[in-house]
Amino acid sequence: MKQKSTKNYTGILSSIFAIVLGLIVGLIVLFFCNAQQALPGFATILTGAFTHGAKGVGQVFYYATPIILTGLSVGFAFKTGLFNIGTPGQFIVGGFGAVYVGILFTSLGPVHWIAALLTSVAFGALWGLVPGLLKAYFNVNEVIASIMMNYIGMYLVNWITKSYKPLFNNLRNESRNVAASANIPKMGLDKIFPGSSVNGGIIIAILVVILIWLILNKTTFGYELKAVGFNRDASKFAGIDEKKSIIFSMMIAGAIAGLAGGLLYLAGTGKHIEIKDVLPSEGFTGISVALLALNNPIGILFSGIFIAYLTAGGFYLQLFEFSTEIIDIIVAVIIYFSAFALMVKLLINKINGRKATISEQSREGGKKS
Amino acid sequence: MDYIIEMLHITKEFPGIIANDDITLQLKKGEIHALLGENGAGKSTLMSVLFGLYQPEKGVIKVRDKEAKITGPMDANTLGIGMVHQHFKLVENFTVLQNIVLGMETTKRGFLKMDDARKKVMELSEKYKLFVNPDALISDITVGMQQRVEILKMLYRDNEIMIFDEPTAVLTPQEIDELMQIMRDLVKEGKSILFITHKLNEIKAVADRCSVLRRGKYIGTVDVADTSAAEMSEMMVGRKVNLTVEKKQSSPGDVVLEIKDLSVEAKREGQKKKLVHDVSFHVSRGEIVCIAGIDGNGQTELIHAITGISDMSSGTVSINGEDMSKKSIRYKNTHGLSHIPEDRHKHGLVLEYNLAYNVILQEYFQPNFQSGTFLKNDKIYEYAEKLIKDYDIRSSEGPFTITRSMSGGNQQKAIVAREISKSPDILLAVQPTRGLDVGAIEYIHNQLIKQRDAGAAILLVSLELDEVMNLSDRILVMFEGEIVADLDPKSVTVQELGLYMAGAKKEGE
Repeated sequence: MKQKSTKNYTGILSSIFAIVLGLIVGLIVLFFCNAQQALPGFATILTGAFTHGAKGVGQVFYYATPIILTGLSVGFAFKTGLFNIGTPGQFIVGGFGAVYVGILFTSLGPVHWIAALLTSVAFGALWGLVPGLLKAYFNVNEVIASIMMNYIGMYLVNWITKSYKPLFNNLRNESRNVAASANIPKMGLDKIFPGSSVNGGIIIAILVVILIWLILNKTTFGYELKAVGFNRDASKFAGIDEKKSIIFSMMIAGAIAGLAGGLLYLAGTGKHIEIKDVLPSEGFTGISVALLALNNPIGILFSGIFIAYLTAGGFYLQLFEFSTEIIDIIVAVIIYFSAFALMVKLLINKINGRKATISEQSREGGKKS
Repeated sequence: MDYIIEMLHITKEFPGIIANDDITLQLKKGEIHALLGENGAGKSTLMSVLFGLYQPEKGVIKVRDKEAKITGPMDANTLGIGMVHQHFKLVENFTVLQNIVLGMETTKRGFLKMDDARKKVMELSEKYKLFVNPDALISDITVGMQQRVEILKMLYRDNEIMIFDEPTAVLTPQEIDELMQIMRDLVKEGKSILFITHKLNEIKAVADRCSVLRRGKYIGTVDVADTSAAEMSEMMVGRKVNLTVEKKQSSPGDVVLEIKDLSVEAKREGQKKKLVHDVSFHVSRGEIVCIAGIDGNGQTELIHAITGISDMSSGTVSINGEDMSKKSIRYKNTHGLSHIPEDRHKHGLVLEYNLAYNVILQEYFQPNFQSGTFLKNDKIYEYAEKLIKDYDIRSSEGPFTITRSMSGGNQQKAIVAREISKSPDILLAVQPTRGLDVGAIEYIHNQLIKQRDAGAAILLVSLELDEVMNLSDRILVMFEGEIVADLDPKSVTVQELGLYMAGAKKEGE
């Protein structure tokens, strides 16, 4: 397994390269806006998350929870050869499922939050299933199908929430509070990070990351999924049910994004389903998180936390009369450079593997292809 | 001597490997000079040095007796050196004329002046009997025609020295003959040709002299007229090669594969044509049955119907007496069927997976490699190591090698290893030696014979007549979806076989 470890190393290196470049561009933007405050502002981005000590750190984990999962959803699908751009839809539908159970099924007692979360998983999976079925049986591009599912999901959730009295808080044009028993337990994290919004969600997210990593790398199921993603024909040829694999891939990706929605709306932090015609940003941020981590599940855990960390720090930028949108710019630039990160990765591989690749090329001799 | 190009004592090293070790290549003016070598012998590296893509560590290049410093393809072009690459460098949606002038457009005040160019191209086309239509789109013309466009490109640039890199790999037999004639005409007009290939009969047909490379070393230069094909192949491979396969008389046993009235209809709308038409035959233990035929006469569809990759319209497929017509691919795979596919990149391998993961592609779910739902990686890599050793699969990182980076011959060996190690009852081998060099072909042929002698039934689909005649115990000829003849290779000549394949003759006539 020696080869594998060197590859991981270059992956991390190239992501760090993207991050550094992104931050430098962020600094330049700050200079443009207000040169005098640029340096202290930049320092705030880097350290702002720690302004309130442990509480700040807890906040980072709270922000990170949903985007780790949406990132994982995108990354998992990528690893199996599918581009799941349907995370916003799966996210909102999953969140709605959780809220629905959270508000209405109050008699469930201590398992209430678990039932609500499972509903979010099931709803998300359902939203992933549709593009999966279309892809497997009719070869409909999953990107198009999932984009459509995003809008269907968003408007459906808006419509049901608005038209069903027990769910709707018409004073604030959003969903009502879920029952206290449906909130995710703190699992002791409130003791470590007092005063913050963090809850057991982050632990669940980490467990899911580990589970997905195991599935992809250690199981025959993951072996099948990846084989189909790499080469659908060869997989069919080898007797793998390639339709089933595609459907399962999309369902699992949907389920993870659904869970992300569930964890956010059950966090007990005053997050409600707002009736507006905007897709939840957590879904699209997932794409960034996955790209930055080069789709590696463990990498996604860290890139999710990192982006959450920047967001938390960026909040304090307002003290220097900068607007918090600068963080969005920085994140966007980082993602932009992650595309370069792929290039850097190739470059590093080339330098490292010059020996291997070139000797291979020259041995290829007459056959250049 | 009037050498037009001399590459003297060229040495090119890459870390860990010497790609060219003291190689000397001298091209006389007005000759066709073949450069012979197996895949990986260093032919491409040598040509890259000539084109200035690599700088050699040692050695000099002389063009027309003057030492030349070539630092890139543009330098080579000014020296009059041109090349037809194996994969053509043409713009698909441009016309022939546009492709020829590309990069050397004649202009007047910034506007294109195509008339002059058209005149020159037509003259050249006439002179060398190339007969191309200057206004046809590249995407509409045949591969053979595209190659002529590449030749015209060189002529248009007044190149004196022409390099052909494996030019026949993509051509039909007729097109090959025509190309040979074109090459002779070019030489008659004073051009000099360097012809890279590993096909001996083409060298015999057209070349004057032949230089042989083997594993980066220069073996020698011979006059083609005085050297037999066997001698050249020995120079190339480094040992005696059996161009004919030695095998014992076959002794067919029980029937393994039985096909009855199998038909496949065209899927495209509005077409009612049967691609495979009521085909029936059987293959027994201990025999190699070969399906011969010109490409596109239903062989691919037949094999896909047998394996289950695509559906058949009617008929039955039985293996060992069991009706398999409705069974899944996996069921067949695990009940005696093995298949070396025609397209190794599309169907044979998951190129992004490493070698170990590819050799278990049909067996990963067996208890040897799976416990619970987890892969037993230790066992998998152990097994891959064993196959690598047994089947002599060469790669840079052993079982960890990503298969995409392996050479074609070794990829094919990996597939052969995987399919044969299942000890199948019936082995389907579809063009198992396509694109491979002599050494690998010999190896795969021997493996097939070995399987036959071990009692497997083998169904071979091949387009190469030599292979058909050498290997098979029985020949079925397919023409337009039907089996038109069941022949004994010992009592049929190649010419006769050719007539059956072309549909000019049917059995019983």
